[in-house]
Amino acid sequence: MLELVIFSMLNGVVYGLLLFMLSSGLTLIFSMMGVLNFAHASMFMLGAYFSYQLGKLAGFWPALVLAPLLVGLIGAGVERYGLRYVHRHGHVPELLFTFGLAYLVEEVVVMGWGRNPIENRVPAVLDFPLFTLFTTSYPAYKAFMMAVSVGMFVALYLTLRRTRVGLIIQAALTHPGTVAMLGHNVPLVFMRVFAAGTALAALAGVIGGFALLTTPNMAAALGPIVFVVVVIGGLGSLAGALIASLGIGIIQTFAVALDVSVLDLLRHAGITVGRDSALYELFAIKIAQAAPMIPYVLLVLMLIVRPKGLMGTRET
Amino acid sequence: MNDAEPSTAVSAALPGAAARRRRRPWPWLLAAVGLAVLPVVPGLDSDFVRSLASQMGIAAIFALSFNMLLGQTGLLSFGHAVYFGLGGYVAIHGMRWINAGLPVPVALVPLFGAAGGLFFGLLIGSVTTKRAGTVFAMITLGLGELVVAASLMLTRFFGGEEGITANRTRAPQLLGLKFASQLEVYYLIAFWAFLSVVLMYAFTRTPLGRMCNAVRDNPERTEFVGYNPQRVRFLAFAVSAMFAGVAGGLHAVNYEIVAAEALGAARSGTVLLMAFIGGIGNFLGPILGAMLITWLQVSLSDFTTAWQLYFGILFIVVVLFAPGGLAALIALHVPLARARVVHKVIPGYLAALAPALIMALGGSLLLEINYRLATKPELGTRMTLFWVAMDVSRPWPWIAGVALLVGGLYAFRRSWALVEAGWQAASERIAGGGAP
Repeated sequence: MLELVIFSMLNGVVYGLLLFMLSSGLTLIFSMMGVLNFAHASMFMLGAYFSYQLGKLAGFWPALVLAPLLVGLIGAGVERYGLRYVHRHGHVPELLFTFGLAYLVEEVVVMGWGRNPIENRVPAVLDFPLFTLFTTSYPAYKAFMMAVSVGMFVALYLTLRRTRVGLIIQAALTHPGTVAMLGHNVPLVFMRVFAAGTALAALAGVIGGFALLTTPNMAAALGPIVFVVVVIGGLGSLAGALIASLGIGIIQTFAVALDVSVLDLLRHAGITVGRDSALYELFAIKIAQAAPMIPYVLLVLMLIVRPKGLMGTRET
Repeated sequence: MNDAEPSTAVSAALPGAAARRRRRPWPWLLAAVGLAVLPVVPGLDSDFVRSLASQMGIAAIFALSFNMLLGQTGLLSFGHAVYFGLGGYVAIHGMRWINAGLPVPVALVPLFGAAGGLFFGLLIGSVTTKRAGTVFAMITLGLGELVVAASLMLTRFFGGEEGITANRTRAPQLLGLKFASQLEVYYLIAFWAFLSVVLMYAFTRTPLGRMCNAVRDNPERTEFVGYNPQRVRFLAFAVSAMFAGVAGGLHAVNYEIVAAEALGAARSGTVLLMAFIGGIGNFLGPILGAMLITWLQVSLSDFTTAWQLYFGILFIVVVLFAPGGLAALIALHVPLARARVVHKVIPGYLAALAPALIMALGGSLLLEINYRLATKPELGTRMTLFWVAMDVSRPWPWIAGVALLVGGLYAFRRSWALVEAGWQAASERIAGGGAP
């Protein structure tokens, strides 16, 4: 039992940090430009595919650096030639533009690598058990994922709070007009933030690609969960995104390990539900089976209890 | 696209004329007669056309119900298929009850769909409409995923992977309709589509429909005049879900099966494409988009497996260059037609059309080659595209594709000057009092 708890906890934290790498970029871009980047998870997917391709050509370490840079460049292009252009039509067309982009990226990935999952293996340097506790061994690549995401979080925090660039970004968040008046090129700052956000998503894709299955629909599978994280954490709040990411990651990982249903619990309490009962089917679902639904159920609960999210400040 | 100068002419010409036109009943009568005679027009009297028209009718109701949210109330939903699908499930279960002896004619099955859509719209809408704008969009996406996940687990209601089936012919008959032929199904769908369109149009004229526009444009002021924007959004959401349920009910009658794909994210995305490509600012836009996209879905999927890619490109082009959709592009020409100067702009369009087609040919050649190589590598490098046999292991097909694409793009940009010149001439003529 203790073994299960410890490893579920570790796996949950890794998954949660991965979610945070995605949601931090998303929420940063949103609070800056008011744009919800629907294609954010697509950039994550591109990161996974690029690192697979670059890994074959140049090895894992160059791929770890080059793939996020490449995707960041794509992000800069998307902002400069797409979003900035469509911005004049308002926020809904912006959102729709990124929606169309997500659609397109999926098809382009199919065109480049086919519909089937690619063999995105853990690189040899990281493919060994790091330590063995009780009877289960913990793979090194998961520790590496954890290290990269924590490192990224620290770097992001320090950049935003301790550097001049971070100062300008923070100022541009609330007072873009004043910042521009002081001689800073605000559109350029926006473009760089967008590029940095997509590069972060791609970095998550590089290290998450071999933990999850790399297929053309991984963006469509992960995207809604990242949105849930951002809404639960409170739109525009980095700290909220961190708490929500870790929370959802840990809860979902524990849920997968729980092989019980409401039916079992009721039986323990001495209540039996007949097979003909209308609720039998609902009660018979194992919690492990329902794990994919948990983020969305949490979303609904959060909306009922506190519509602005954990750390959110705005109502809409 | 340069729509800066013509749009002023539009806004000057529209309001009074549009209001006068709206009171006339003949466009509605014309549409009703058109729907009635369509399946017996020589050349269009095949089952293929009837089936296509049936699909278009269903899609038109669905797209209009979607636009009740997006165009009218300013709520962007990424999970509208949930109400289509749940309405469809309620309708198919209703049809099963009818098969088991419930004395209701099949022609009324869409009402089951409407009830289902309304019920789930009220239930889910009470949560989703707590927020507006971007957050609303994200929530609808999440709830869509939730319903899809639930549909795969609760097999008694949703029937799992195979879905639920029923038989539309084993039922009490109304007016002798047996629904054994596609023609009778077409008339059923045409009737409900016409009725729904009329009702949805009427909804835009009600005080609630007007308040929806107010909530879209300025929720704060809406509050100042004494309305609760959240409540208006909620009501609009429920009504919209009800009409989506009607479309789902017709889907159930048309196919006699409802499966999980009916409420999936792909359908939610398609209805967004339909409404936006058709034009969300015009009542008729989504109908136009629904007809176009349905037709493209049916016809393109025969020629290419990459049709989703083409939809994506078409959607992005519309978002970037014509955010008003096809309806706005057409509306742009109404004042020209009224001033009888349309002929001024047509030569420019024809001049721009040729390079645009060349560009599209080059682009789709490259896409088709790539798609085929990636998704069906086992078929080798020899293929026939656009009636030309080629071997793509040699460089020539690629060079031809790039040349057509780049050359077409260059010529298109050059020819755009002719389009602008045509518009210039036409608007000068209008400004000059329309004298010849």
